[in-house]
Amino acid sequence: MTHPFGPATRLALVVLAAASLAACASTKPAGPVAPRGPAEPEAPYRPPSQPGPVTQEQAPGVTPGSVQDFVINAGELVYFDLDSYTLRADAKPVLDAQANWLRRWSAVRVRIEGNCDERGTREYNFALGARRSNAVKEYLVSRGIPASRIDTISYGKERPLDPGSNEEAWARNRNARTAITEGAR
Amino acid sequence: MFRTKNLFSVLLAALATLLAAAPIAARADIVVNVDQGVTQPLPIAIPAFGGSSVGGQVSQVVTADLQRSGLFRPLDPNTFVQKRIDVNLQPQFDQWKQISAQALVTGQVTNDGDGRLRVDFRLWDVYAGEQLLGLQFTTTPENWRRLAHKIADAVYEKLTGEKGYFDTRVVFVAESGTKAKRIRRLAIMDQDGANPSYLTDGSYMVFTPRFSSNSQEITFMALRPTGASIYLLNIETGRQEALGHYPGMVFAPRFSPDGRKVAFSVEKAGNSDIYVMDLGSHATSRVTTDPAIDTSPSFSPDGSQMVFNSDRSGSPQIYVMNADGSGAHRISGGGGRYTAPVWSPDGKLIAFTKQEGGQFHIGVMNADGSGERILTSSYLDEGPTWAPNSRVIMFFRDSAGGGPRLWTVDVTGRVTAQAPYPLSASDPAWSPLLN
Repeated sequence: MTHPFGPATRLALVVLAAASLAACASTKPAGPVAPRGPAEPEAPYRPPSQPGPVTQEQAPGVTPGSVQDFVINAGELVYFDLDSYTLRADAKPVLDAQANWLRRWSAVRVRIEGNCDERGTREYNFALGARRSNAVKEYLVSRGIPASRIDTISYGKERPLDPGSNEEAWARNRNARTAITEGAR
Repeated sequence: MFRTKNLFSVLLAALATLLAAAPIAARADIVVNVDQGVTQPLPIAIPAFGGSSVGGQVSQVVTADLQRSGLFRPLDPNTFVQKRIDVNLQPQFDQWKQISAQALVTGQVTNDGDGRLRVDFRLWDVYAGEQLLGLQFTTTPENWRRLAHKIADAVYEKLTGEKGYFDTRVVFVAESGTKAKRIRRLAIMDQDGANPSYLTDGSYMVFTPRFSSNSQEITFMALRPTGASIYLLNIETGRQEALGHYPGMVFAPRFSPDGRKVAFSVEKAGNSDIYVMDLGSHATSRVTTDPAIDTSPSFSPDGSQMVFNSDRSGSPQIYVMNADGSGAHRISGGGGRYTAPVWSPDGKLIAFTKQEGGQFHIGVMNADGSGERILTSSYLDEGPTWAPNSRVIMFFRDSAGGGPRLWTVDVTGRVTAQAPYPLSASDPAWSPLLN
């Protein structure tokens, strides 16, 4: 299973690398001007060295249609209230973005993983997580994504995003994660 | 990976024959009342069994079983006037009265000529000065622990009037790794924690194993990123069989009392309902049709009814229905959220998990929903399973940020103890008494 923070961490590294390259290229402050001494003999002419081959590389950033693109530009997680599988108002913009992205990248298949906090029992939470993943699936289908491209699974309380045992962790762990399973660039 | 333990491959010949030499007690003056719980556990003396070198080990296992039950208080062998007692001689009861022993167990282990192990033991009522029990068991030498458990069961039954539960095993989920990437392996052990072994390799998650009535088969749930499955596993042969294939979630498998069917939950389009599969034909029928969550089924011992978990009233509660799905009615009444109901083997009680006031509890209620009693309380107490005598419940307990451990509580709630398994574990299921 891809860790939800994997792509984000990689992006941060790319940005850092770009920043340090920029630092190297910046102009250095001018040093003190030495008094002109006796003219040195002119160096014999040399032809300028041949420029090295220029390789064209992808600019650091997100490949459109990649998992990273989806995670950053659409968003993979929506959150739920306690013991609820009703899509919250803050989930709909994320799911609309997911639907737009999935419409554009029509080869992509996803698996929606329903998750619950640890303040419930095992089997009830498998059922509740299934309700959550299905609620997301239904929404995406209502936005035109074929149901055949969407699998669902419930991890119940067994794959918490946040290992903490407090209200904040529980709120983060009540989620549905849309994971790309195939077709990404 | 899979290794059949010798417990089943070697047949235990439990030849229980009454020893002829001693008088047979017509009545027992000492009685342990299991219904009241025990505020004063019965003082019992169990001197090291004589004969073979295994004798001392056998009596230690008997002692540990009886002690863990909470109903008995085995006395310190250092206080015994006689350290070793000839099993064929009448004890000097005055010596045992001096240390306030009410019951005395004497025994002797010998190697039979054919390589088998034989144990003779007697249970004595110290104050009445009479024998309550005299039995002989034989088995293969590697099975000596089962022999000890059978003695403990015999003592327990004689003194409480209830069947014992020591010659049993527990299947459970052994857990390791971090919370977010927990590794879960199906595991099995004797009820006293001995002989633990793994049944799956941890490459996929497993949950909620249950024994069939013959103790040879387990049903459990597996969860992989590609989906959920339920399986039958024969623990003697290692043969594993998937019970159908389902596009959605499938979970909470339970055997019927006759072992011929499995009830479980199937999720379709977000709705979980209970189904029953005939294991012979694999014909499957849907038992609940409510749009709410219906899961965690548990058959009544006669197979005619099922208790299950549903949130059709708006919050998870406990319901009972006929095995065909008719006549469903709610039996949990109080506040709080009720889940994971399990019918007791004697049919009288339903054990459950209850969530209330920020805590989780294990409790019991009568099968009609009356007489609810809360037995435990912690950050997370979950997943009760019954000992075959309906007197002890095993469950798992987790603390915030800790790891789950197996615990037991007696049905009166007086004796709560960590089960003798020292590592992270959850989802225990108790076997029936072994044959």
